[in-house]
Amino acid sequence: MQRKTLIRLLSALVVLVCFASCGDKPTTTREERKEEVKEYVQHHLLDSHDFSLFSKTDDKGEVHHYGFPLPVILWDGGLKVFSSSKFHHGETVAEVDGNYYKLEHAKIYKTDAAGTMNYDDHHHATNDKPIDISITKGVFMMLITCVLMFFLFSGLAKSYAKNGGIAKGAGRFFEPIILYVRDDIARPNIGEKDYKRFMPYLLTVFFFIWFLNIFGLTPLGVNVTGNIAVTTALAVIVFFITTFSGKKDYWKHIFDPLGDGMPWYGKIFIYIILVPIEVLGMFIKPFALLIRLYANMTAGHVVLGSLIGLIYIFQTWLGGTLSFGLAFAISLIEVLVALLQAYIFTMLAALYFGFAVEEHDHEHDHETEVAH
Amino acid sequence: MEKLIQEFSLGLFFWQAVLFIGLLLLLRRFAWKPILNAVNEREEGIRNALASAEDAKKEMQNLQADNEKLIKEARAEREAMLKDAREIKAKMIEDAKGEAKAEADKMIAQAQSAIEAERKSAIADLKNQVASLSVEIAEKVVKSELSDKDKQLGLVEEMLGQATLN
Repeated sequence: MQRKTLIRLLSALVVLVCFASCGDKPTTTREERKEEVKEYVQHHLLDSHDFSLFSKTDDKGEVHHYGFPLPVILWDGGLKVFSSSKFHHGETVAEVDGNYYKLEHAKIYKTDAAGTMNYDDHHHATNDKPIDISITKGVFMMLITCVLMFFLFSGLAKSYAKNGGIAKGAGRFFEPIILYVRDDIARPNIGEKDYKRFMPYLLTVFFFIWFLNIFGLTPLGVNVTGNIAVTTALAVIVFFITTFSGKKDYWKHIFDPLGDGMPWYGKIFIYIILVPIEVLGMFIKPFALLIRLYANMTAGHVVLGSLIGLIYIFQTWLGGTLSFGLAFAISLIEVLVALLQAYIFTMLAALYFGFAVEEHDHEHDHETEVAH
Repeated sequence: MEKLIQEFSLGLFFWQAVLFIGLLLLLRRFAWKPILNAVNEREEGIRNALASAEDAKKEMQNLQADNEKLIKEARAEREAMLKDAREIKAKMIEDAKGEAKAEADKMIAQAQSAIEAERKSAIADLKNQVASLSVEIAEKVVKSELSDKDKQLGLVEEMLGQATLN
């Protein structure tokens, strides 16, 4: 019965897309539309200083943006706070306390009253950039996620006390996931002795990434986890936790991987190569984390954006329907990817923590020593 | 790579780090610790409940075993008692029989001895009477015999004839 309803709903959507895609007489060429879609997808991948829900071009060719502005916070010889509506979506120069700022490709540049921009050979703007700690769209979504997570999980925590140790409400859905993170991610990778210390981090990062990934799939279209700065921050935290919780064996493995099995004059030649590699490994591990999450989420957004864009490029019933079907299928896969990437990030972070706190069986070392 | 560096936004990095660490600390304090503690407590509770159920089961089994043992013992005791009683009964009957027999034998023996004594005295009496009767008869016979001289001689003759000299 449910399946029937779903199929009907899907068919209705397909028909709708079909009509929508061939209803309008195309006024632009296919090439133009392609460029437009490309720009739109690229724009979507970037962070922005205002929260635009959608924009539309009216008959006179004016672009109307629907959404709300967000606060811009700049440090430019003093703290400057103003609304992003002053930029008019990058169309005008914002004037604050006698300084002029221009928004270009989601970056704020210092400029003059006319909005002059200087570019180098690679078409990169060379204007001064003030330190920008604005509440951008991404930060805004992060804040929402933080508030949501806080209320969700503190509510779950309270429901235990109220309900005699049994979860109630929405928390019931999340409790098995929390237990999964504990029993299948933290325990096997970090070990029974140390896993408790890392649980708060692992749980927070898992749900944070998952929720933001899912938010990225909503029509709000906020690509937070697909932003390199966000994944870098997450990876840097992993790096610090790993480094600061590293025990003797962890450091020994990096700076003296061969142990006492070889005389020092033999080790010197190997260590000239080996130690830099091991030290590099400390950084490569979190780096891989940040690139993996960034690339996966960005790729997902690009594919989805392009498939949806195809509907407007083709503007025929066949192309539109096909693109819709594909976009729908990819959306379903992306829902899975959203969870999978959160899982992989948490899993690997746990694995690195496990390396850091691992304590080798010293008796085993002695055995190999005797064998030598 | 260059594009990535171009895209990198320090503000977003800053906010992400600050918000994430803030969220981590807040959640650790208000969510994860209470949740994990509650879950641990619950698991501990379940484990304890299971263990105590197991214990109770074992105790029940022990009790049952004890009961069975008691019943067995009681049954064995009853059997033993019954056996004893039977033995006692048999012995009593046996004893009584023996005693009765002995008594009877004794009585019979007494009766027999009494009868014997009676018989003996009766025989003695009879003998005496027979003797006196014989004497009387003999006296009478002798009297009548000896009243005729021929007869006396004839008798002597006869007796002599019988008494052969050998």
